[in-house]
Amino acid sequence: MYTFSSKLKVFSFVLIVLGILGIGYSFLTAPKTIEDVEKILNEEAAHGHGGHHAEASHHDAEFTAHGPAAEESHEGHVEKAHGHEATADAHHAEAAHDHDEHHAHLEHVLHQLKNKPWAALYVPALFFMLISLGVLAFYAIQNAAQAGWSPVLFRVMEGISAYLVPGAVIVFLLLVAGVLDLHHIFIWMDEEVVKGDHLIQGKSGYLNGTFFLIRAAVFMGGWILYRQYARKKSIAQDEATDNLNFKKHFKASAGFLVFFIITESIMSWDWIMSVDPHWFSTLFGWYVFASFIVSAVTVIAMVTLYLKSKGYLEYVNNSHIHDLAKFMFGFSIFWTYLWFSQFMLIWYADIPEEITYFVTRIEEYNLPFFGMVVMNFVFPLLILVNSDFKRLSWVVVMAGIVILCGHYLDFFNMIMPAVVGDRWFIGIGEIGSVLFFLGLFILVVFTALTKAPLLAKRNPLVEESKHFHY
Amino acid sequence: MSSHYEAPIRKPLIIGDKNYHDVTVDVARPVEGRANKQWWIAFTIALAAFLWGVGCVAYTVGTGIGTWGSNKTIGWAWDITNFVWWVGIGHAGTLISAVLLLFRQKWRMAINRSAEAMTIFSVIQAAMFPVFHMGRPWLAYWVMPIPNQFGSLWVNFNSPLLWDVFAISTYLSVSLVFWWTGLLPDFAMLRDRAITPFTKRVYSILSFGWSGRAKDWQRFEEVSLVLAGLATPLVLSVHTIVSFDFATSVIPGWHTTILPPYFVAGAIFSGFAMVNTLLIIMRKVSNLEAYITIQHIELMNIIIMITGSVVGIAYITELFIAWYSGVEYEQYAFLNRATGPYWWAYLLMMTCNVVSPQVMWFKKIRTSIIGSFIISLVVNVGMWFERFVIIVSSLHRDYLPSSWTMFQPTFVDAGFFIGTIGFFFVLFLLYSRSFPVIAQAEVKSIMKTSSETYKRQREEQGNDNHSH
Repeated sequence: MYTFSSKLKVFSFVLIVLGILGIGYSFLTAPKTIEDVEKILNEEAAHGHGGHHAEASHHDAEFTAHGPAAEESHEGHVEKAHGHEATADAHHAEAAHDHDEHHAHLEHVLHQLKNKPWAALYVPALFFMLISLGVLAFYAIQNAAQAGWSPVLFRVMEGISAYLVPGAVIVFLLLVAGVLDLHHIFIWMDEEVVKGDHLIQGKSGYLNGTFFLIRAAVFMGGWILYRQYARKKSIAQDEATDNLNFKKHFKASAGFLVFFIITESIMSWDWIMSVDPHWFSTLFGWYVFASFIVSAVTVIAMVTLYLKSKGYLEYVNNSHIHDLAKFMFGFSIFWTYLWFSQFMLIWYADIPEEITYFVTRIEEYNLPFFGMVVMNFVFPLLILVNSDFKRLSWVVVMAGIVILCGHYLDFFNMIMPAVVGDRWFIGIGEIGSVLFFLGLFILVVFTALTKAPLLAKRNPLVEESKHFHY
Repeated sequence: MSSHYEAPIRKPLIIGDKNYHDVTVDVARPVEGRANKQWWIAFTIALAAFLWGVGCVAYTVGTGIGTWGSNKTIGWAWDITNFVWWVGIGHAGTLISAVLLLFRQKWRMAINRSAEAMTIFSVIQAAMFPVFHMGRPWLAYWVMPIPNQFGSLWVNFNSPLLWDVFAISTYLSVSLVFWWTGLLPDFAMLRDRAITPFTKRVYSILSFGWSGRAKDWQRFEEVSLVLAGLATPLVLSVHTIVSFDFATSVIPGWHTTILPPYFVAGAIFSGFAMVNTLLIIMRKVSNLEAYITIQHIELMNIIIMITGSVVGIAYITELFIAWYSGVEYEQYAFLNRATGPYWWAYLLMMTCNVVSPQVMWFKKIRTSIIGSFIISLVVNVGMWFERFVIIVSSLHRDYLPSSWTMFQPTFVDAGFFIGTIGFFFVLFLLYSRSFPVIAQAEVKSIMKTSSETYKRQREEQGNDNHSH
């Protein structure tokens, strides 16, 4: 049995407390009124950010001209879909209503800045929940495929997937908060915006608060149900005299994978793609999947290495690590494949309604956007291609840290441009949120690991796994 | 590579009391024996179809592309449909030999040789379409970036059709090398068994002097692994590039980002269906039922079921996003697929590809030879229609209603396609009589872990868990 070391427990509490302080600070310092924003902008101008401000201001002039939709909207690209009329009107607006325009710009920035702490919270909340969901999917695949190498890691995977319960609850609460109008991460939830936007109106049969929350509840319920059932069967198999639990578990895994492949796509449209309600991409669901499955395998490898280093995983050898590292390597390339496919096809055809998505990212998020490709592809490609390196703990941990940071950035790039636009910054709010969820994750996962023996005893394939050498 | 211990719940992959010598004899028998009447009948039919195809191609090249049913609106129809279909079929071969090798699937060993042969023969069929659908195929060499006397006039590297040239030619060469490397020990086996000086000579040349020393085997395995590691991204990228032919365009119904992985999934789907069809016949006529067992067929069926579901998800995603996009052209493209003049093709594609593989959830059907055979054929029909629907239904009605039209294939379109099917079977039938259709060296390597005999022995004498 694993005992949660008090040092690690204290560490997780420290992370949680630091995280709460950071989150609290970012909420408290977020501007509340237009006057606050004016002050911030003046300060920025004084510090030489004038150019940036002016540019944003012009950008917003086009925005305002489009009417209430644009006024309320937080997106850089909304107006570009209607670029033609908006620009024409903008010239008119610029001349006539200089004052109004300035006011509208301030309001726009206010919305972005008000959203910033919420988005900072939402990105890691989603990221950590999807990691544990990814672990669950990987676990189901291992079971359904009757893998012979991984059963000694099953309890580790079960432990990590324990975070799915609190993680899903937190994400669900954040979605509810959106529907209750506490934040504006999803602008289609804003009735004012919908009134002035016929494109969103066309989608309201799908994008509406009630249906959105029902879907979220069903998806999360389904995932948690499988997680709890699989865990129960896995533990029951330890003491069983036959393989009945194993067989039931096998069937449940296959069923879950079908449910997962459907809900995963829809989940990514709902919780991520809909922050840009004008934009769409058919590949998006699978792209999101690639991003969190590689992070999930990385987390499995890192937790395994930690437990092994503390002497808890007797049967795990460097061949198991080698296999996990291969999956990290393979999924990193798979992620890049999907990233490139999505990016290149949209870049190549250059259709206005799609291209804005990448235009805002390349213009305003240049470093995070291309930086993540280096972190998620170039780095793991060069490091993990070597077979000997894949057996070295420190190499796997180092590559793992880069991959996890890279995929956090990936989610950051998916959410932030729509929500805070060019007001993004990785500051106290963002780091605090990550620390909070990291602390919670460690606390939940390692507590779950203490609840059952770390070796799935009577799994029919565990003997193969114990003797696994590659 | 793998441990000597194998879980008792795993079913044997070699059934009947076979020893090493039996494997050799069973694999060599079709090569060493004489062809029977049925083989000659099949070969004659295939050859006739092939020659008919040659005639149709000659007629096309001599008279012009206007002999086909394509028109001003629908510039691509059967030619590219067949091209994508054949490339797709070819993918299962690499998948079985490379991806299943990376995933250490021992069951691949009985089927990889034939799957790779199928890859090579179908890529050859595929490669003919890009050449003969050209208006001036005799200038085809202009697609190569070769220094020349037009002031060194080069190709534009921005076109996915050029990427196709590189993708297909690389794919064919790598697959051929991968296949041939694996054949060396097996050709050596045939060489060593040869009785007539002629066959001795032939297999001596083909086997490159393989003598099976430890060092050779060590390098052989290393090469296989590296090639598998290279072939896997290759197989993904090749069909991805084929999908780019459509996805990079601005045609509603073509321009969609899911096309790359969805084409790849479809390729695995149709490729496995073809492998299944061929192997169900081959295990019977070549007496290889001890090696290509029901379990092999079941596992192929499961892969067909999984990839069929992935393709199904992609269909639904496309439909949903077309609605969600709010782009009326996109919405109409899908409405037209479902309710336009080609509704029957769309319905066929949906039933064959999405509904039919779902029956594989029933163990009774996926372990039945007849059931698997029928579904495999159905899948290949469905996948042909998938490409047809994507290509033709998106082209025949797009932005300008004044250019809407229909497509009517001519006998030349059909003749070319029939010709490639004939050519494929000519090659495959010749292969099955002259090549070792099962990688005997690989099958022998799993004899002690996965044959029925050894499994029974282990069960009787108890498992020695700690033998490494």
